[in-house]
Amino acid sequence: MPTSDKLKAQRQKWEETTLKKVISRNPERKTEFTTGSWLPVERTALPEITSDNEYLERLGFPGEFPFTRGVQPTMYRGRLWTMRQYAGFGTAEESNRRYKFLLNQGQTGLSIAFDLPTQIGYDSDDPLSEGEVGKVGVAIDTLRDMEILFDGIPLDQVSTSMTINAPAAILLAMYLAVAEKQGVAFDQLNGTIQNDILKEYIARGTYIFPPKPSLRLITNIFEFCARSVPKWNTISISGYHIREAGATAVQEVAFTLADGVEYVKAALNAGMDVDSFADRLSFFFNAHNDLLEEVAKFRAARRIWAKIMRDKFHAQNSKSLMLRFHTQTAGSTLTAQQPDNNIVRVAIQTLAAVLGGTQSLHTNSRDEALALPSEDSVRIALRTQQIVAYESGVTNSVDPLGGSYLIENLTDQIESEVWQYLDQIEAIGGMIPAIENGFIQKEIQDAAYRYQKEIESNERIIVGVNKFTTDEETPKNLLKVDSELQRIQIQKTDAVKKQRNNQAVKEKLELLRETARRTEQNLMPPILAAVKEYATLGEICGILRQEFGEYQESIVL
Amino acid sequence: MAKKIRILIAKPGLDGHDRGAKYIARALKDAGYEVIYTGIRQTPEAIVKTAIQEDVDFVGLSLLSGAHNELFPRVVELLRENQADNIIVFGGGVIPESDIPGLKAKGLAAIFTPGTPIKAVIDFIESCRSKIEN
Amino acid sequence: MSELAEKILKGDQRSIGRAISIVENDGRDREQLIDEIFPHTNRAVVWGITGAPGSGKSTLLDGLIANLRAQNRTVAVVAVDPSSPFTGGALLGDRLRMQRHATDLGVFIRSMASRGHLGGIASATADTIKILDAAGYDLIVIETIGVGQAEIEVVELADIVMLVLVPGAGDEIQAMKAGVMEIGDIFIINKKDLDGALKLKAEVEYVLHLKSNSNESAINPVLLTSATHNEGISETLHTIDDYLARMQADGRLAIRRQQRIENEVRKIVNTKIHQMAEKHLQIDQKITQWAQQIGKQKQAPYALINSQINQLLKDP
Repeated sequence: MPTSDKLKAQRQKWEETTLKKVISRNPERKTEFTTGSWLPVERTALPEITSDNEYLERLGFPGEFPFTRGVQPTMYRGRLWTMRQYAGFGTAEESNRRYKFLLNQGQTGLSIAFDLPTQIGYDSDDPLSEGEVGKVGVAIDTLRDMEILFDGIPLDQVSTSMTINAPAAILLAMYLAVAEKQGVAFDQLNGTIQNDILKEYIARGTYIFPPKPSLRLITNIFEFCARSVPKWNTISISGYHIREAGATAVQEVAFTLADGVEYVKAALNAGMDVDSFADRLSFFFNAHNDLLEEVAKFRAARRIWAKIMRDKFHAQNSKSLMLRFHTQTAGSTLTAQQPDNNIVRVAIQTLAAVLGGTQSLHTNSRDEALALPSEDSVRIALRTQQIVAYESGVTNSVDPLGGSYLIENLTDQIESEVWQYLDQIEAIGGMIPAIENGFIQKEIQDAAYRYQKEIESNERIIVGVNKFTTDEETPKNLLKVDSELQRIQIQKTDAVKKQRNNQAVKEKLELLRETARRTEQNLMPPILAAVKEYATLGEICGILRQEFGEYQESIVL
Repeated sequence: MAKKIRILIAKPGLDGHDRGAKYIARALKDAGYEVIYTGIRQTPEAIVKTAIQEDVDFVGLSLLSGAHNELFPRVVELLRENQADNIIVFGGGVIPESDIPGLKAKGLAAIFTPGTPIKAVIDFIESCRSKIEN
Repeated sequence: MSELAEKILKGDQRSIGRAISIVENDGRDREQLIDEIFPHTNRAVVWGITGAPGSGKSTLLDGLIANLRAQNRTVAVVAVDPSSPFTGGALLGDRLRMQRHATDLGVFIRSMASRGHLGGIASATADTIKILDAAGYDLIVIETIGVGQAEIEVVELADIVMLVLVPGAGDEIQAMKAGVMEIGDIFIINKKDLDGALKLKAEVEYVLHLKSNSNESAINPVLLTSATHNEGISETLHTIDDYLARMQADGRLAIRRQQRIENEVRKIVNTKIHQMAEKHLQIDQKITQWAQQIGKQKQAPYALINSQINQLLKDP
């Protein structure tokens, strides 16, 4: 029930007397106050959930439908979120060192960053890999690199998240092959692959194949893991990148959940039962600057997904209705100017994610507007999470901001606007037509343009950039990736190619090709077989490129 | 009549983050220039061929993946090889300050680092106008 | 012959690009250059492709280019987009969908902004066609949005005009109203897997039936394609080639080309007359003065203008 008439009348009285006195002398700083995503914010919010029924319907209890307050009944009282710093660069040896450092410093899960050639299915010696090898993540050409990457890291004791999309099946296969060599059974493995191709088309750009074969690869992975790797999160449906591309908080939720709907549909069309895979779907969101909006956003997302899974897809298992998510603090808010300010930004964003109930968190480092993080910087980023976890008290209660009038108001606003987008996308025919005709991209671009214009006109202040600037020295000690790296990596891979059984590789690749042509067959087994023979990523993706074709960007400017 | 300045905005290499490039393209259009945007994943060869066919005055390269030291100079080099070195090349993205002198030595006329207001880019373009109109 | 003209005839892309700029900017050397290369024109075939934004015409064209290249035919594309009437700037993104051909020397793509002049874009495009023709491209394609008068003039420079429609966009009504239905030779309904594709095809065929006389050879084909799925592309190419062959055989092509030349000559002459009037008679200034008098209601418009012009002609 909306705010009672009595309260509204009282508020009006307050506005006409107490408020008016002050405002006539000291007007407010703006005529309109909005969240970072332009949602209206009241001067002081009033209660809108005023009955027990409304409470039960809109909030409920943590761990129960609609999960607004959290997906687990105890949340951080039971177990803190996983502190999982995205890392990777250069060679597998260097990344392995960084992972060990992070685990020693108290990180509780691994998150692997791959370089662009790996993410796009090219080997380090491909002409298109020129200049890119090892720059934004670790270079993986063969299983040998994967073995080095996890050397000394027992896979039954860590959970590993891999940010890999178009070639996710291949990297997963490599991970499984490493586990096998370590003597770890597949059903003991914990982890996630991002495996979310739709957001690649929308915002991130590391796609390879067109939508149809890409969805096939994704549902093949769902099926394979449901049978053989049951603890594995087979997809991390992502809004982080969509937000980074300039989307609003509402768009971030709407387009991510719409992608989720598309994946569920694809799996159902492939003949799977919804409860057989839905509990392993996970999500990945952004933690942006406007703390209150972000907390409301996460709560709204949980509520909406639960409704979608129950009402649209008729999932029976309670676990299928839960939106579990990883969060990363917003990279695009970091500034190159006065980089230490970024530590403060990340702390606020960490609070947003934790008060919003995230299951795992990556915090950015202060120098990331300029380069990959140095060891010192990434340690501070990890400490930020640890301080919030152990010193701030926000973990003592589940959904501590629940019941704040403004938070509930923003949660409801966001939910309402998200449903509008979801209906629109459904009317267009789903996410794939909406992406192909550029509707999604245009919404994002318009928001990005508006945001940037506000910065240019100083309507939106970025401390250190358009206000409170200083003349500063350029920061020192930034991480540099060795330019010799490409050459070294190519040499290593050439050595592997000489030592492997090239006849076996040829056979396995042909078997892969045949399987690719038969759409009802699962691609994971032949990929796993090829990977074990040390076929390269480029060779495997080369076969698939030939059979599936390549996606062509469709742009609307 | 002031010559219509034509600018190619391009993303070389594999980096797919195009928010900045799209913003610059649109903002330069609003400033009155003719802007050609060719999307992500362009090789230096494709960028140079495009620049030549479109007879642009400027090429603006956007890159966030750290491959700028390899790819930016390659574009300049290819323009020279194709007798198109009057085309002015500038760049932007995630580029550490310490890399800028090296890039300029290799022929980049300007580098715009994160947080640079669009006005700085427009001022730079206008400062080259007399060179272009001759 | 100038060095630039020689290089154009050799197909040097840098020179072609520069020459098109000279034409666009109406540079000093424009007329001489065009005259120099003129004897080497009238070889290429010229297509016009037009359709609303979102119709997929660039993706369609990309597919057609791939097919043409497989047949070893060379293609030049002029993609025309509107300039902002407010800022004068333009964001030219059509070539993005054809970028896979960027390093193919057999393909030349040029993006052209309308620059706000009503007639000017047509004359720049006409001369650009001549340059590309002289440079040796087998086929030249003009691609526009085709809704306004200016865009229609551009498309009329072609030997054959393809109109690309999309179901469900309200296109049926728009197409009927716009002049483009009049000048279209081949109608392509893209995104054929969308609802309403067949209905649109039927409607277009009906309208064409109404406007045609009973002349058999004037049947305009209506095709269905799905450019993103690469369906219907080779059939489209086939249909276009066939239609052109028939136009050539029955003389319509020659008539159309001659009409085009006459249109172009008329435009050039009118422009030059105006230029002469301005140079010798300061006509623009005079027009302002006359408008003042008419505005003050001191004189009736036609009487004033007629007498003033007669005066000028007798006594400039």
